[in-house]
Amino acid sequence: MSLATPMTEVPVEEHGAETGHALVTEMYQPTGFFLENVWIIPAVMAVSFLIILFFGKRFAKKGSEVGLAAIGISWVLAVITGIQWISQRGKVPEAEGSGEHAAGALLAAGEEATEGAEIGINAVVRTITWWSNGGIDFPVGTLVDGLTIMMLFVVTSISLLVHVYSTDYVAGDRRYTHFFAFLSLFTAAMLFFVVSENIIQMIVGWELVGVCSFVLIGHWWEDQENSDAALKAFLTNRVGDVGLLVGMIMLFWAAGTFETLDINRMINNGEIGHTTLLIASLSLLAAVMSKSGQFVLHTWLPDAMAGPTPVSALIHAATMVVAGVYMVARLYPVFYEGMSISGSSINALAVIGSITVVFGGLLAFVQDDIKKVLAYSTISQLGYMILALGVGAWTAAMFHLFTHAFFKAGLFLGAGSVSHSVHSFDMKKEMGGLRKFMPTTYKTFVVSSLALAGVFPLAGFWSKDEILVGTGGWGLFGGTGGNGAYTLMLVMGIVGAALTGAYMTRVIYLTFFGEFRGHGTPHESGKRITTPLIILAGMAAVAGLLNLPAGFITGSHDGWQERFGHYVEPTADYFPAISHGIPSYSLAIVSSLIAFAGIGYAYYYYFVKVAAQSPTATELSSGLTSTNKVAKAGHTLLKNKYYLDHLYTGIITGFTKGPLAKSTYWFNQNVIDRTVDNVGRGAVKGGQFIYDKVDQGFIDGAVNATGTASQGAGQELRLMQNGRVQRYATFLFVAATILAGIFTVIV
Amino acid sequence: MILNQFLLLAAILFCLGVYGALARRNAVLVLMSIELILNSVNINLVAFGAYHGNLSGEVFALFIIAVAAAEVGIGLAIVLLIYRNRRSIDLNQADLMKG
Repeated sequence: MSLATPMTEVPVEEHGAETGHALVTEMYQPTGFFLENVWIIPAVMAVSFLIILFFGKRFAKKGSEVGLAAIGISWVLAVITGIQWISQRGKVPEAEGSGEHAAGALLAAGEEATEGAEIGINAVVRTITWWSNGGIDFPVGTLVDGLTIMMLFVVTSISLLVHVYSTDYVAGDRRYTHFFAFLSLFTAAMLFFVVSENIIQMIVGWELVGVCSFVLIGHWWEDQENSDAALKAFLTNRVGDVGLLVGMIMLFWAAGTFETLDINRMINNGEIGHTTLLIASLSLLAAVMSKSGQFVLHTWLPDAMAGPTPVSALIHAATMVVAGVYMVARLYPVFYEGMSISGSSINALAVIGSITVVFGGLLAFVQDDIKKVLAYSTISQLGYMILALGVGAWTAAMFHLFTHAFFKAGLFLGAGSVSHSVHSFDMKKEMGGLRKFMPTTYKTFVVSSLALAGVFPLAGFWSKDEILVGTGGWGLFGGTGGNGAYTLMLVMGIVGAALTGAYMTRVIYLTFFGEFRGHGTPHESGKRITTPLIILAGMAAVAGLLNLPAGFITGSHDGWQERFGHYVEPTADYFPAISHGIPSYSLAIVSSLIAFAGIGYAYYYYFVKVAAQSPTATELSSGLTSTNKVAKAGHTLLKNKYYLDHLYTGIITGFTKGPLAKSTYWFNQNVIDRTVDNVGRGAVKGGQFIYDKVDQGFIDGAVNATGTASQGAGQELRLMQNGRVQRYATFLFVAATILAGIFTVIV
Repeated sequence: MILNQFLLLAAILFCLGVYGALARRNAVLVLMSIELILNSVNINLVAFGAYHGNLSGEVFALFIIAVAAAEVGIGLAIVLLIYRNRRSIDLNQADLMKG
């Protein structure tokens, strides 16, 4: 275990020869108890679910202590697994320092090849055959590499904090035990999903988290609204699941195996055709759109806010909604080859992502419910991740997933803390001026918001900047790199940054500034609520330092820079040879300035103009939307969420029962009926003639004869149906004997 | 291995069973005849299994015995209910499905 003996693997060399770059000719196989037995982590949570479900109510704290203990153990195990991975990763010598890693990508492929082989690090895979049928093995197992480690850490960390937070937030709830049971089940399912080794297991995990989401959104199902929201989430996800199944089945038939890494290797070796991959990746994209709330299938996510706030933070901000992003990252070669990400300037993944960034951000402006603003913000940030994957900036997408989990969970829990004290989510009616009453919540909320808006040097700045760099469409700002010239995505990303800053400023003003508009006296929440907030705000502040861009600190190659990318991004043959963009100061400055412009405009509007009007005002009485026609139309469009819900329920389902039925009726009455009438009249005349001669004489006779014949036959056959079982048995035996005789003669 | 004798025995049992199932009026006797049919099949299975030196025949015979036990249990329950309702187990009188 202590020896860092590199092992040579055969398929790797083929891969290197095929693609021409990223010459990973030698592979190091990491080992370690926790890396090989990672199944313990989801198993702990699954056991906790069963214990809470069956015996939860007998415990002193109604089962919450079981959930807390289990998630604590899981978190410790995840951290130990992470440390083990990092120590194993350290045994692989870095080719020539991460600082020049990106520079190496710039060089021509041939030139890199002359520099000698880079040693890759394999994933730790353990598999057993679950069952086999018709020669096909259905494996089950675990897969650990940097991506898994990162997801394990994110899921267990957020889940741990949410568990602590929930002990106070849902205290006294009528289904307190049930709530903790399903938090455990969700965490188990999500962990199972991220360690899954083959695509069948991924589908199982994917559906399990979907079910948990359904159950937890409908936690207070006595209100029709909540159970409707749960159903909407479930059904919208089913639309995408069809795509998931189709895509996975296509991959299986194309590759002949369920193993994720084998599928990836085959694609990297060019063994699967481009058209197959294109169709498979588009099918999988449908699943990503529904699970990760991408535009047109995102409508369930804001409604999912009907669930308890800790659930929104855990499931609908930090973990479950990134399942789609994770799936794309895990099966990245499928998308990389299928959508021709390299050397292109537009593809479905990037387009969907960039549309979502801007449209989600715009929608966040018109919401009065604080959680819905955050939900649209989540949609917009998920758009960033998909955009980054679409332009080939894999590490940037994963890094944004990582940082986003912390600051968005912090924002959601902050919103929960506020509502815990004012008993509402309505920013305009029940909030305002809360910074005096809830100082801790206020401070953590502001830190997380700044991190979300991408303000230097908080987490969001680094991850968002890395995505913008990855678009490669920044020739405008000097420098080169990236996988293609995605200028459109760069522009959309920058616009999104400005929107993010502006709507978060609006939320902060409406919630924490001005005069308190609700009733009663708000108070700061308890320790169990504020401690998670402080931890998350701390992470939101410093998480960005984990992946400082190369060259940020001159003269130091390793140690501090691109640590995240170094440990998370696979360097093995199951990962496509993506190239990395080189960061540029001018791009960072320009995007920051635009984000600040967004913040500044919203600050001017709310903190200066609205505040001047009256301390309790929430909008300008003579604002742009009431004076300018275009602005008003835009506002109405956003208020109605681009009429997408109308499209789905009103038009698509309504159309089939409303207008479609009506127009069909009209068509029926006026066109078909009239034609029929006219044809009818003509036909009557002809018919009369035929009736007299042909019908009565010939046809009727034939019909009557048939009738008589069948009546007679029926009369005879009726006797067979005499209710005597033994007669039936006799027929059976005779028939069987005759058939046996026939077959004996023939065969 | 004298296969023929076993097959002959099975065929005789089968014919007796078929005759009983078709000709008897007493429901219990019909059930017993069906058992005869099943057991004739069992004899065939075991005989062929032994003949080919293959255990599958015996295994299938065991399965059939288990299934037959379940089947006769249900059959007797039905007969019992018919008797309670009509005070007779004559199959000729149970002709409610007459067309």
